[in-house]
Amino acid sequence: MSMDRRQFLKIAGLSTIGIGAGWILSRPGEFLEASQFLQTKEFLKAKQWAMVVDMRKFKTEEDYKKVIDACHKIHNVPDFGNPKDEIKWIWSDTFEHAFPGQESEFMPEQMKHKPFVLLCNHCENPPCVRVCPTKATFKRKDGITMQDPHRCIGCRYCMAACPFGARSFNYRDPKPAIKEPNPEYPTRMIGVVEKCTFCEERLAKGQMPACVEASNGALAFGDISDPNSEVRKILNANYTIRRKAELGTRPSVYYILDIPTSVVSGGESNA
Amino acid sequence: MLEKALVGSKRYWTWIFFLLGVVGIGFITYLQQFKLGLGITGLSRDVSWGLYIGQFTFLVGVAASAVMLVIPYYLHDFKKFSKIVILGEFLAVSAVTMCILFIFVDMGQPMRIMNVMLHPTPNSVMFWDSVVLGGYLGLNIIIGWATLHADKKGTMPAAWVKPLIYLSIPWAVSIHTVTAFLYAGLPGRHFWLSAIMAARFLASAFAGGPALLIILALIVRKFTKFDPGKEAIQAIGKIVTYAMIANVFFLLLEIFTAAYSTIPGHTHPFKYLYFGLEGHARLVPLMWTSSILAIVSLVLLIFPAIRRNESMLALACISLFVSLWIDKGFGLIIGGFVPNMFEKVTEYWPTLPETIITISVWAVGFLVLTILYKVAVSVREETAGVELEH
Repeated sequence: MSMDRRQFLKIAGLSTIGIGAGWILSRPGEFLEASQFLQTKEFLKAKQWAMVVDMRKFKTEEDYKKVIDACHKIHNVPDFGNPKDEIKWIWSDTFEHAFPGQESEFMPEQMKHKPFVLLCNHCENPPCVRVCPTKATFKRKDGITMQDPHRCIGCRYCMAACPFGARSFNYRDPKPAIKEPNPEYPTRMIGVVEKCTFCEERLAKGQMPACVEASNGALAFGDISDPNSEVRKILNANYTIRRKAELGTRPSVYYILDIPTSVVSGGESNA
Repeated sequence: MLEKALVGSKRYWTWIFFLLGVVGIGFITYLQQFKLGLGITGLSRDVSWGLYIGQFTFLVGVAASAVMLVIPYYLHDFKKFSKIVILGEFLAVSAVTMCILFIFVDMGQPMRIMNVMLHPTPNSVMFWDSVVLGGYLGLNIIIGWATLHADKKGTMPAAWVKPLIYLSIPWAVSIHTVTAFLYAGLPGRHFWLSAIMAARFLASAFAGGPALLIILALIVRKFTKFDPGKEAIQAIGKIVTYAMIANVFFLLLEIFTAAYSTIPGHTHPFKYLYFGLEGHARLVPLMWTSSILAIVSLVLLIFPAIRRNESMLALACISLFVSLWIDKGFGLIIGGFVPNMFEKVTEYWPTLPETIITISVWAVGFLVLTILYKVAVSVREETAGVELEH
């Protein structure tokens, strides 16, 4: 069989496209997770990690500060001192900002302006994972919404997609803005997105997330798919709300409201 | 054929070197951004997309608009577009080039941009956007080059060109639909979460792109011996008129839904853009400029007697282009981020380096456009008077 140059190039070109397409299509959708390689005896397992924030137990400024500092210190979260470049994994904001549309003019002042502890909701149906063009943000088998800062291209589509404003971008080099670097945890680089990871590095060692540990019982953490977990027991016994649940992202962070006792008991204070 | 871009008048070379100078300044500024990060732009935690992504969105529309020439000429055999259709195709090439560059300069880690292809993610609209844009660039380069080459030789284009031309029609619609889907499917961004987004994108594209083409055709006619045809320009003027009416109508539909429902999430971005919110009103003058220019352009376009006057048509096209550039290249993106997810207002305004980089990406686009148009015009000047059908 003879073949001229034109035919040869045609066949060679089509074969290359075919092989390329085949390679892309044959890539498995399920990847092994890094965490599966370093599993130890202590490794805490879950189907969907979740958190309950008990707002009744946040009373003083110190209660918030110790939780936020615990996280930001160990995770080398930089502080640029300006809101434009701000990076935060866990922070506080008022009820009307945390739950926009839920506030009313006549709700108790102490509740309207009470700061709520905010962090990534580790949604069961996360829009940030859906939009990421490189799978740099992904859902782990234990329900943690995780990101790989080495794959992130910094397109910030996830920031546009997250309804909770949970994501921060490294607009500048973070390293000079870290006051006391923690050598145990990696720093990030310029141009990538980051957020709360539910302390997956601590869960791997059998420890609770840093904020939970520092919260003195104000934050509860556990597997929401396990009916006997602490979080499920709390959810059974208390009325809780989630941020923007109507959007269908299924947030895994629940809030117990701090309703003034005088309101509950119809005007009489029994505190 | 590319050698035709290497011979030109003094004016041609002055223009080329002027553009190269602008590109050079932009490149040096980009190196600064590359080193220091996107912190040198006006972008923030709350407004994380701005001028770059706005320009990208706007230019996808300009690119898609080539289809407004391809459909009449190739599907309806509208002969008057025979000379101008190549200008539309090459405008698309230039516009997609700018789109790719705007995405590139917007990346936090641009050296990893190939991760989008190395880790293909079908659930991400951005993945599909890069696929359709790359494909559209290829289609227009091949089609434009093949038809021009055939013209040069005085022959019909090869038989394989026709199917590619037909393919380019739905493909053009797809690039702007997918770009609209980048925005229209995000929970919590009420301003963008609208089913009419893709339709509105297409309407504004089919108004803005051809308006730019009319301006370019008039410039080409003024400075070269190549005449794209008076009737062709008038026919595009009609296309621009209908598309702009549709675009303004779609915008009014959005405003009705927001204003009549009075749902805060829907009304707040409009309030911010047109009246200011909580004392923040940085975009208000711009948005009203856009509205006034839109009305001016419609008045000039709707009355045939005015539209037939080419200077008035040019004025209408310039007003329309600037109006849409503000509305889509700026307001549409910022409105999606203000107020933010906490119903708080953080304003955005581009910085000087960001503006320089933006202008220089446009300069790259004009450079590509000038070179391609130079080739097309040179070929057409040679074959002037020889009418060909393909």
